[in-house]
Amino acid sequence: MVQTMSGAKMVVQALIDQGVDTIFGYPGGAVLPIYDEIFQQNSIRHYLVRHEQGAVHAAEGYARSTGKPGVVLVTSGPGATNAVTGLTDALMDSIPLVVLTGQVPTFMIGSDAFQEADTVGITRPCTKHNWLVKDTNDLSETLHTAFHVATAGRPGPVLIDIPKDVQFADGTYTPASKIKSHYKPQVKGDFNSITKLVELMETSKKPLFYTGGGVINSGPPASQLLRELVAGTNFPVTSTLMGLGAYPAKGENWLGMLGMHGLYEANMAMHDCDLMINIGARFDDRITGRLDAFSPDSAKVHIDIDQSSINKVIRVDIPIVGDVAHILEDVLKVWKSRGRKTDATNVKLWWNEIKDWKKIRCLDYKPSKKVIKPQYALERLEALTKDHDRYITTEVGQHQMWAAQYLGFNDPNRWMTSGGLGTMGYGFPASIGVQVAHPESLVINVAGEASWLMNMQEMGTAIQYGLPVKQFILNNERLGMVRQWQELLHGERYSQSWSEALPDFVKLAEAFGAKGILCSDPTDLDDAIMEMVEYDGPVIFDCLVEKHENCFPMIPSGKAHNEMLLSDTTLDGAIDATGSVLV
Amino acid sequence: MNALKIDKGTSSKSAYNIRSIHGTDEERHTLAVIVANEPGVLARVIGLFSGRGYNIESLTVAEVDHEGNTSRITIVTTGTPQIIEQIKAQLGRIVPVYDVHDLTVEGPSVERELSMFKVSGTGDKRVEALRLADVFRANVVDSTLTSFTFEVVGSPEKIDAFGELMRPLGLTEMARTGVAALARG
Repeated sequence: MVQTMSGAKMVVQALIDQGVDTIFGYPGGAVLPIYDEIFQQNSIRHYLVRHEQGAVHAAEGYARSTGKPGVVLVTSGPGATNAVTGLTDALMDSIPLVVLTGQVPTFMIGSDAFQEADTVGITRPCTKHNWLVKDTNDLSETLHTAFHVATAGRPGPVLIDIPKDVQFADGTYTPASKIKSHYKPQVKGDFNSITKLVELMETSKKPLFYTGGGVINSGPPASQLLRELVAGTNFPVTSTLMGLGAYPAKGENWLGMLGMHGLYEANMAMHDCDLMINIGARFDDRITGRLDAFSPDSAKVHIDIDQSSINKVIRVDIPIVGDVAHILEDVLKVWKSRGRKTDATNVKLWWNEIKDWKKIRCLDYKPSKKVIKPQYALERLEALTKDHDRYITTEVGQHQMWAAQYLGFNDPNRWMTSGGLGTMGYGFPASIGVQVAHPESLVINVAGEASWLMNMQEMGTAIQYGLPVKQFILNNERLGMVRQWQELLHGERYSQSWSEALPDFVKLAEAFGAKGILCSDPTDLDDAIMEMVEYDGPVIFDCLVEKHENCFPMIPSGKAHNEMLLSDTTLDGAIDATGSVLV
Repeated sequence: MNALKIDKGTSSKSAYNIRSIHGTDEERHTLAVIVANEPGVLARVIGLFSGRGYNIESLTVAEVDHEGNTSRITIVTTGTPQIIEQIKAQLGRIVPVYDVHDLTVEGPSVERELSMFKVSGTGDKRVEALRLADVFRANVVDSTLTSFTFEVVGSPEKIDAFGELMRPLGLTEMARTGVAALARG
C-alpha cells in the first residue's frame, strides 16, 4: 500500500515508526508545518525548552539515561546555530541524537533569506552525518536512515535539514522496513586477536582493565559481561569519566576513576601495569597525561568500535575493532574454554601493591567545621541519596571532578556528564531530559554556580512540565577550575574568574515557582539535602562552599601518571613552561 | 608522599608535540576513496583533511559508476605512517564512504595525470619547445604564431620534468588535473 502524505506528516509518522515518544524542541517559522502536525496527534510528547542548546542537551540526557536516541526539533537559522554546541558535545561523547532543523524553502536557499543559514555546512564537522532533503519523496527514507546511522556503530548525532516547501509538499512514505543502508559497522571482533588477548590475560602479572564510555554505549549486556570478566579474573578495573557505572563503584575490584583528576591508585596502576586492556575508551589526553611516559611497561590491548580510535594517540599491541558486548562475550568464551587461567599468585602481589597505593587515601581533604567543603557536600549527598533510584548529571569544572570522585555509580546510564567537549551549561538541561525519561526517579544536577547560570533559562521548562530536578549548586562564587589553573600557572592572577553579581538563588527559584534552599553551615547540610530530596518539585540548592578549594589529586599538564599532585603542599613548580601550553 | 618526587622542569615533551615518537619520516601515499555520489561528500572529505590538519597534495574526483551512483576520489597525501593510518581510518568512518584503498601499500599501481602547458616564444626557443614536446609525447592542442599549448599525460614526475624544461623556454601558464590512479592487474 502506497501512502501519500505531506512532508510534515511524514516526519511525525517516521518518528512514531521509530518508536519515538518524546522530543525536545522550539518552534519557529521554518518548522511550523511540522509543529502543526505535532499539534494534531498524541503519540509523541513534545517538550518545549527555552533555548535550542537546552533542547539538544536535554535530548542527550534522555539518550544517555535510556540508551535510546534523543530527538530534537528546531527551526532554521538561529535555531540550528544554537544547536551546534549540543551537537558537538554529543559527537565528542558518542551520544545518539536525531536533530531535525527547518530550512527556508528550496527555491530560496542561497539567497540569504530571513533565518537562513547553511545548516548542513555549519554542522558537517559536528555531526556523524547530516542531510539536506530537497524532495519530499526522499524524506521518509532519510529519516529512517538517520536513526540507523545515529545508533549503529559508534553512536553520534545526525541532523536532517528540511526546507519548508518539502514539509508542505506531498510525497510517498517509505516504511522503515523497506530501508536498506550500506552503513554496517563491524560488531564482531577478530577471533585471533581475541585469542591473543586471552593468552596475555593468562600470563599477565599486573593486568588492568581500563574501561570507557564505549561499555555504556554498547548497552547493559556489556556492563554485565565486564562484571563477569572482572569477577572471574580478579583483575583490577578503572574507568574514564564517561565509563563510570559500567563496573560498580561498590565492586571489590574497583580502583576508581583514572586520569587528570583520577584516583592515585588508578593512575599508579595504569603506569605500572604489564597488561592494559582498554575497553571502549579512547586514550583521551585527560587520561594519558604525558604520552612518552604513558604506561611504559605494558602490553596494550584496545577494544573499540571505531577503527579510527586505534593507534590515534597511543600505539597498541592488539587492536580489536568491534562492539564491546560482542567482544567481551567472545573473550569470556575463549577464556573459559581454555580453563579460566590467570597468574593468580602474581595478580595477588599486584593487588598488594595497589593496596599500598590506596593507603595514601588520595581523596582525603582538610575538613572544616565552619565552612562547607565541596568534597564534604558531595560525601553527604552520596550518603543521603545512594540508596535512591538516582541519576546524576553535572556541569563542567571542579564540581564535576569532585562528583566523579565522591559519588558512587553502581549501574550504567546513571551518570551524565560532558566529557569530551567540557560544555558548561550541559548539566541542567541534561537533568531535564533524564527526568523526562525517568519521571519517578531522583535526578540531581551537581553544578557550579557559573556553569549553572549558562542555561538557567531552562527553569521555565522544569516548572512547565513539573519535572522535579534537583539543582545542587556548589557555589564558590568562582570559576573554580579556571581559578585553580590561574593559581598553579599564572602567578595567582585571577583574571575574570570570579562570579560577581550572582543572583539570590533562593529568590530566583521562587521567581520561577520552584523551591530554593540556601545552606552555608556544615551542621545544617544533612537536613537541607533531605529537604531537597523530599520536596516534590524542582529545587535550586545554593550550597555555599569553601571558595578557594583546589581539586586533587591532579596530574599536572605535561606530567606522567606517577607524577600526581595530592594536595596544595606539592604545588610549587608543579607545572613547567612546556606543560603550561596544554589545556 | 615519597612516591611523588616531582623535579622541576622534567617534562620537555607534551601530549601535543610528541606524537612523532612513532616515526617522523613522512611518506607519500595515494588513496582511492570510493564514495556515494551525494551532495556534500567531497566537502566531508576535504573538511576532514583541513579539520584534522592533514596534507592534500593532489585531489581528483569524478563519478565512475552512474548506475551504482558512486564516485572515486583519488587523494595524494603525505604524513608519518601513523598519520597515514589515521587518515585512512578517519576516511573509512565517513558514512557515505564505501571503501578506502591505499594504492601505495596494496601492491603496484599506476598513476597518471593530465596537464596543459602554454609556452610563448619565437625562434630557437619555440623550435626547442616543440622538439622536447615530441620527446615527452606531448600533443599540441593549440598553436598561434607566438605560442603553443601542449597536453602532457603521464606520471606526476614526468609532468614536473616537462614543466622544468619548458620554464626557460617561455612557459607562461600551466594547468594540471591531479592524479588518477589504479592498482595494477
